[in-house]
Amino acid sequence: MWDWIKIATFGVIALLAALAANWARDLAFQVHMLIVMVVAAGLFIWTVRRTDEPPVPVSGEYMDGPIRAGVIATAFWGIAGFLVGVVIALQLAFPQLNFEVLQGIGNFGRLRPLHTSAVIFAFGGNALIASSFYVVQRTSAARLWGGNAAWFVFWGYQLFIVLAATGYLLGATQSKEYAEPEWYVDIWLTIVWVVYLAIYLGTIIRRKEPHIYVANWFYLSFIVTVAMLHVVNNLSIPVSIFGAKSVQVFAGVQDAMTQWWYGHNAVGFFLTAGFLGMMYYFVPKQAGRPIYSYKLSIVHFWALIFLYIWAGPHHLHYTALPDWASTLGMVFSVILWMPSWGGMINGLMTLQGAWDKIRTDPIIRMFVISLGFYGMSTFEGPMMSIRAVNSLSHYTDWTIGHVHSGALGWNGMITFAVLYFLTPRLWQRERLYSYALVNWHFWLATIGIVLYAAAMWVTGIMEGLMWREVDAQGFLVNSFADTVDAKFPMYVVRALGGAMYLGGALIMVYNLWMTVRRAPSASAAATPAE
Amino acid sequence: MDYHILREIADSWVLLALFLFFVGTFAWAWRPGSRGLHGDASEVPFRHEDAPAADAPANAETEA
Repeated sequence: MWDWIKIATFGVIALLAALAANWARDLAFQVHMLIVMVVAAGLFIWTVRRTDEPPVPVSGEYMDGPIRAGVIATAFWGIAGFLVGVVIALQLAFPQLNFEVLQGIGNFGRLRPLHTSAVIFAFGGNALIASSFYVVQRTSAARLWGGNAAWFVFWGYQLFIVLAATGYLLGATQSKEYAEPEWYVDIWLTIVWVVYLAIYLGTIIRRKEPHIYVANWFYLSFIVTVAMLHVVNNLSIPVSIFGAKSVQVFAGVQDAMTQWWYGHNAVGFFLTAGFLGMMYYFVPKQAGRPIYSYKLSIVHFWALIFLYIWAGPHHLHYTALPDWASTLGMVFSVILWMPSWGGMINGLMTLQGAWDKIRTDPIIRMFVISLGFYGMSTFEGPMMSIRAVNSLSHYTDWTIGHVHSGALGWNGMITFAVLYFLTPRLWQRERLYSYALVNWHFWLATIGIVLYAAAMWVTGIMEGLMWREVDAQGFLVNSFADTVDAKFPMYVVRALGGAMYLGGALIMVYNLWMTVRRAPSASAAATPAE
Repeated sequence: MDYHILREIADSWVLLALFLFFVGTFAWAWRPGSRGLHGDASEVPFRHEDAPAADAPANAETEA
């Protein structure tokens, strides 16, 4: 019966999408509706072919299918996002790379949101969804709740990514940083996200462990908060239901404050709380010893979520935002340093008594460097949020350097380590294909980040100082073009660092691929080789 | 109800409530008798790596 309902629904969706594509007011909307039509028609055929097949009974095992798919998607979108990053870094250094034939699709302005969304939401988001499904099952000792709903979340999220990415290239954007997708893509993500929350909560409710392990607290705060942020920041009214364009409900400084309340908490809950959930499960697992202090993890959790939510106004120093609000944001940002370092210390001290693993285990080394970069960027962030420092750093490349030391160092490195941890387990392999290649990845990525961050510090501070330099009469000394000219060498170094990071990730993909294809099976000892 | 009333409440009772909740989490983490529970909780990742806990281990065999 359920299959027949699905077939009818997919058919209706395909038809409506075809109609909407026909009546579309703009190209982006038309392309999106065609994508929806093709997807719905494909699902229609797929469901018809499987209708009334007897269901495969499953019990007594974890649901790992969507997690395997998530690992593949994470690696794929990671490479895509890093590649676009290297391209736009080169476009900044060599503007000729904004090819004339690609104007309006492949120029820096169109590719930049593609890069940020690809690495944060596609690479990071898939890593979070896959690892959260892995962790919640193992720490609840229960199979995922909701059956195929987990597959809906996986594929629904991929559709969101494709719609967002194609929309950016075709110019459908509501111009909110990290929240660029237009209204119908936002609504779709909301549906996917609510199902994700239901699966997560359902699994926790079914748990066989009396205690909800701390990693689940972090993951849950990430899911709940992102839902709240996403809905509030995307309150908009479409101009036409057959067009991509929409108008924001908030205006002026309220809109700016809502945007950066969203924007900073996307960092705080998407890129921090969610990834700390990874840390609290995978670092103890890889180290083979429990977390250093469980009490500290509880305090870490509450302090982090209590403080992060107030830090957004530091993005709006010296704007129309009232002073009290930007001071509030600054103070909370500085206090936030404490729980951030508390969490870093909790992760690092888990290695107490096993420090030799940093030398012998390349995956532990990756976890350690990611925590190191977490500590560094959570020190740098509060410092930059201080108004006096911000007056130098804001609008310069220092901000971009800060973001990348956090994103490449903390989020990227911990995700790589988690992929190296998960792949042999999910595909029942005894070990990774090559630890030497993990080492190559580690050093390429680390040196790449150092080149990137150092180049951005130099160019950012230089740029900030050049902008504020005045002569004896009080005239500005440098024009904007002077700063652009002076930044050229650092931009080349930045592109080189990004290329090294991409090279490391390509080595990882090869290593994971060969792990699945070539590494000995985990049960090889029990069964004779074929 | 306008902004000033909301602001008044936020600056007084809500601030106090949030602060007490926050301080309360520390008291909760260090409450007497929590050591054993926390020790047990920190071992959770090492218990069910490969398969979920069975509902009733006795009849799991008979169903299969």
